[in-house]
Amino acid sequence: MAVNSSFKNMTLCLFLICFVCSSLLAGVYALTKSPIEAAAKAKNEAAIKEVLPESAASIEEERSVTMGDKEYTYNLAYDAQGNTIGCAVNVTTLGFGGPILIKVGFDSEGVIYNTKVLSQSETPGLGAKCTEVGGFAEQFKGFNPAEKKLAVKKDGGDVDAITASTITSRAYAAGLATAVEVFQTIAQTPMPLASACDDCVSACDGDVISNEVEKSK
Amino acid sequence: MGKLQLITKGLVKENPTFVLLLGMCPTLATTTSAINGMSMGLATLFVLVLSNMAISLIAPYIPDKVRIPSYIVVIATFVTLLQFVMQAYVPDIYETLGLFIPLIVVNCIVLGRAEAFANKNGVLDSACDGLGIGLGFTLSLTLLGLVREILGSGSAFGFKFISGDGILAFVLAPGAFLALGYLIVVFRKLTEKRN
Repeated sequence: MAVNSSFKNMTLCLFLICFVCSSLLAGVYALTKSPIEAAAKAKNEAAIKEVLPESAASIEEERSVTMGDKEYTYNLAYDAQGNTIGCAVNVTTLGFGGPILIKVGFDSEGVIYNTKVLSQSETPGLGAKCTEVGGFAEQFKGFNPAEKKLAVKKDGGDVDAITASTITSRAYAAGLATAVEVFQTIAQTPMPLASACDDCVSACDGDVISNEVEKSK
Repeated sequence: MGKLQLITKGLVKENPTFVLLLGMCPTLATTTSAINGMSMGLATLFVLVLSNMAISLIAPYIPDKVRIPSYIVVIATFVTLLQFVMQAYVPDIYETLGLFIPLIVVNCIVLGRAEAFANKNGVLDSACDGLGIGLGFTLSLTLLGLVREILGSGSAFGFKFISGDGILAFVLAPGAFLALGYLIVVFRKLTEKRN
């Protein structure tokens, strides 16, 4: 090449290239930061809508509940009259290739309305089939954990496993079982609805608040 | 060599997957289905054209001894830029491709073309070379993905034509090696006759 490989030239060249590249990256990062966050938020909101009944008129801000020594986040949904009609719980479960993050929607009776995988790193073509629309996850629509057992058929439960992906299927079922426990914990704890009214005016319903007072007694 | 020839040589004569046997890691890892293979190929094509052009521009000013680290920084910058932009403006495509994009940095085709072609040729020629090699890579990955998808999942481009599963081994790593090996045999046989 035209330029001599002296120490000074090499240092200067690497410095310049790194400087230009990192400034470019910093600039583009700053430009794309808010669209990236907006996209992530939109994706989360779309996932919440997907797992909750369509009659949900308003969805509350995310809250968290502690069960065991772990914290779980969830969103409550209300209908137009302000009654709680559903709850979307986020759970993490350990699959074959790493953690699987699942959003599980319940109706007010505790029946699973729908589930959606938010992130996963299962084997493509095998375990990754758990994300396919109309595939494995379809069986959980309307799955009543009070009547059926959340475990794969091989383990004596009622869940059809994905072919050749028992570990993923087990993890999915275990994740849903955790979500059911979380839902029960949420259902049992008195709701801090007074604070909820700040975020969500339409939820301010006399019935709900009197329920809460009864529960806290 | 004409511009058109620069492009077409990447498809057959210097096909990166079947002839040069470069970039085997993303080739084997991402071709579980035709769509995945094609996506990886297109993302690589984009980075390859940009990095080839940038490197052909700056190559005369880079001292010989530090050219490899310089090229890698340039390539990694393009890949990260691509990742940011896709994440921000086409989150749906990013969702499917996200996993593969960082892999482009370590794809030796990109560095290989920078080293073997872009640093000795002009901007336009380098862009054509990147386009040709990128197209060759995309076609090869799509073909390999298609073969593995047909045998492994009984579907093509996501459309299922048999119920149930295929030969699952073809979705996993051993099937990738087998399918690639036989495709190379077929490719060699066909190009041999042509010559």
